[in-house]
Amino acid sequence: MSVLEVKNISKSFGETQVLKNVGFTLEKGEVIAIIGSSGSGKTTLLRCLNFLETPDSGQIIVNGEVLFDASAGTKFSEREIRKKRLHFGLVFQSFNLFPQYTALANVKLACELLAKEREDYREKKKLILQEIYEKACDLLRQVGLANKMHLYPHQLSGGQQQRVAIARALALSPDVLCFDEPTSALDPELTGEVLKVMRSLAEKNTTMVIVTHEMQFAREVADKVIFMDDGVIVETGTPDEVFGNPKQERTIRFLERYSELQARDNTEQHL
Amino acid sequence: MLQQVFISLNEGFLKTLEIFILTLLGAFPLGLIICFGSMSHFLPLRYLVKFIVWCVRGTPLMLQLLIIYYGPGLILGNNWWGNGASGRFTAAVVAFIINYACYFSEIYRGGIEGVPRGQYEAGQVLGMTKSQIFFRVIFLQVIKRIIPPMGNEIITLVKDTSLARVIAVYEIIWSGQAFIKSHGIIWPLFFTGVYYLLFSGILTLLLGRLEKKLEYFRV
Repeated sequence: MSVLEVKNISKSFGETQVLKNVGFTLEKGEVIAIIGSSGSGKTTLLRCLNFLETPDSGQIIVNGEVLFDASAGTKFSEREIRKKRLHFGLVFQSFNLFPQYTALANVKLACELLAKEREDYREKKKLILQEIYEKACDLLRQVGLANKMHLYPHQLSGGQQQRVAIARALALSPDVLCFDEPTSALDPELTGEVLKVMRSLAEKNTTMVIVTHEMQFAREVADKVIFMDDGVIVETGTPDEVFGNPKQERTIRFLERYSELQARDNTEQHL
Repeated sequence: MLQQVFISLNEGFLKTLEIFILTLLGAFPLGLIICFGSMSHFLPLRYLVKFIVWCVRGTPLMLQLLIIYYGPGLILGNNWWGNGASGRFTAAVVAFIINYACYFSEIYRGGIEGVPRGQYEAGQVLGMTKSQIFFRVIFLQVIKRIIPPMGNEIITLVKDTSLARVIAVYEIIWSGQAFIKSHGIIWPLFFTGVYYLLFSGILTLLLGRLEKKLEYFRV
């Protein structure tokens, strides 16, 4: 059974249709990379998965459970949406760490708030908080920030902030971890450390959906690549299929344009 | 003589202080309510609130004091403020609260709208409730953002309290000026400036300390 099934998702903002019948499946431990030019609907797709946008049509199914079905037309309460959201984690392009909390507190906050809803919270408060603390420390260690956990976001570099954001998203143990162009807001020399963390997550079989412009990274890490253009999925396949032997005209043009840009960047860097 | 001046000025300053404190106590919460009104998705309410804020910010506080104090008696034929000093004082405080609440509402609005959308969204995807997001994530960032403009308004209020004398509230300037008529001396009036300076100086220090306290993070 697939961890995630997305069926026929469509979404319009006013007159513009941003997503047109988008669908894909994701198996446990798989990594999907979604590529495509700006405005192709990649980010909106992730936002739909995380219930930040409501699709106009389609279904989202996680572990066989229908989380969202537009045709059912039910309006969910805040409580229900919160529960559904917990299946997903999202790492934003702009990190969005909470500035008034340390790295450690950023990672712990949501877990602590959620723990308060547990029935045994009162009796086992100390134990629960200790567990959350240990898990947060462990996650920060995994992203290589064990020695920075008491620093505030503004004291960290962009790459470090994004790694805290990854740890924060992992803290709630989501079924699917989503990344929305996690390195696009970073200086080139800082993307490496973030990609390294993501690569190690992939090696640990974390189920991920990654929207990215890092083609090389997508090619190495993803099990499946989706190329989107103008709100539709143009081509899907293994990295070798999509990058090595693209079948659709639009994919070919996109990859050509991309490698031209890449080449120009490289020459500029050498100059 | 000197003692008489100080006793009188202290009394006047006490009135000033009362107006100041009561205005803040009223205008902080009322400003938040007005702020929510001006951000309401219900358009008639939003426009009504914006219209009121425009009127209050667009006319002199002195005029508002006069209208609020004399209006009920002269236009409605019912002076609900009551007679005497306490009636005038109540009317003055009400006028100050309304005026400052409108200014505060705009400061709150700026503070709330200044928090990036991503902060709310980060809270949402972490499964936090609306109120958890507001109180645990947004609130402190708003406070930090509004301290400098709030500080400005608060210092302005210190001096604006003197306008209450147009409806004969015996605040400190009134007390100082009284010595011109009674004793033919003007220095007590001038000396009221020292009270204002000291008071606004203390406030500046307190606000600076608060700002410093929130310096551990950046928004």
